[in-house]
Amino acid sequence: MEFKDYYQIMGVNRDAPQDEIKRAYRKLARKYHPDVSKEADAELRFKELGEAYEVLKDPEKRAAYDQLGKNWKAGQDFHPPPQWDQGFEFHGGGFTDGDAQHFSDFFESLFGRGNQTGGFDSRFQQKFHERGQDTHAKINISLDDAYHGATRSITINHSELDEHGRPQVKQRTLNVRIPKGIRQGQHIRLAKQGSKGMGKGEAGDLYLEIEFQPHPYYTIEGKDVYMKCPVAPWEAALGASVKVPTPDGKVDLKIPAGSSSGKKLRLKGRGIPAKEPGDLFVVLDIALPPAQNEAARKAYLDMAEKLDFNPRAALGV
Amino acid sequence: MVNEILKLMQGEILEEDVRVSLSQLCKISRLPAERVLEMVEYGVIEPRSGSNEKWQFSGQSISRLRCAQRLKKDLGVNTAGAALAIDLLDELQQLRSRLHQLEKQLY
Repeated sequence: MEFKDYYQIMGVNRDAPQDEIKRAYRKLARKYHPDVSKEADAELRFKELGEAYEVLKDPEKRAAYDQLGKNWKAGQDFHPPPQWDQGFEFHGGGFTDGDAQHFSDFFESLFGRGNQTGGFDSRFQQKFHERGQDTHAKINISLDDAYHGATRSITINHSELDEHGRPQVKQRTLNVRIPKGIRQGQHIRLAKQGSKGMGKGEAGDLYLEIEFQPHPYYTIEGKDVYMKCPVAPWEAALGASVKVPTPDGKVDLKIPAGSSSGKKLRLKGRGIPAKEPGDLFVVLDIALPPAQNEAARKAYLDMAEKLDFNPRAALGV
Repeated sequence: MVNEILKLMQGEILEEDVRVSLSQLCKISRLPAERVLEMVEYGVIEPRSGSNEKWQFSGQSISRLRCAQRLKKDLGVNTAGAALAIDLLDELQQLRSRLHQLEKQLY
């Protein structure tokens, strides 16, 4: 088991006073709260922080932890010394109000798992009915799946209490229908596929959060889809009909004469399908032909000569 | 190993298909009605229609309510603070996706 350096996790010195520890906790809790933070490992950091604070905020636990000595390094292999906690008394059953199920083995070896999980004996369970917890998972889909619908099989790790009330990790594979028209950030709710209830309580629900895989040329905003479409200068200047790919297949797009770079053309109803489907926006991007050979150079020089064009007129130069 | 044929599960889209009543919301969030009503008062969630007894909430309310509960418990904010944080987080997310899309158009 790995040693955890709670002071390092909280970014405080070993001799930090209690109020500094409290301040450090509040600051880091805001930073790593999974609802707020964008960091990929926010959830892990937040749990670690909660565990560190659980120990350091409590003078009894902190003193016991300090007593392990300061020579331990984070990640080092650790076994608690025998009777290490002799002479310490942890109040409240040696436990506090933290959500201890999620604390590390390291924490457990020092302070125990508390009475939360050892709790419900079978006698009690029979009389006790509670709806199971709702569980959450993310599911990655392609834009194509959102346009046409799909089926996905996903594997979910979830912890279940065994007959002795100890949490056990189990794997479950589900075959899920991805409904057509689903959007980024929406959730699919699968009724009664969450954690089992206790006693006669029904199971919780499973929520799958939809995340789109990045696409090489489409970006998505709500139910609208955007794509950048390169056009030749003469297509933009003179107007043209060009083929553009859409997630629903190729379409002919009419480019009006005199279009400038960045012009947005809307293909109504070609965004993500729904009762009120989104739109597909094609953003024009004028691509310059390279002047690599004599003919091309001549064409550019011709233009320079024949067109009275100052691209910087608006800048007053 | 047996290759089991799994039943295809058809879910519902929380944000579109799901409507819940006040009592269902209490059950899902494990909050007493007074707490949920407080969330309505501070604008964390808004009923879509109906009078007090027949209130209907959108599926989104479930996520917002949960998020508010977590923020209150983990960060010690009050209900008004949670409502503000959730609105700002929503806005932040919209701006991020807009930024991402504009960046993609530029480069």
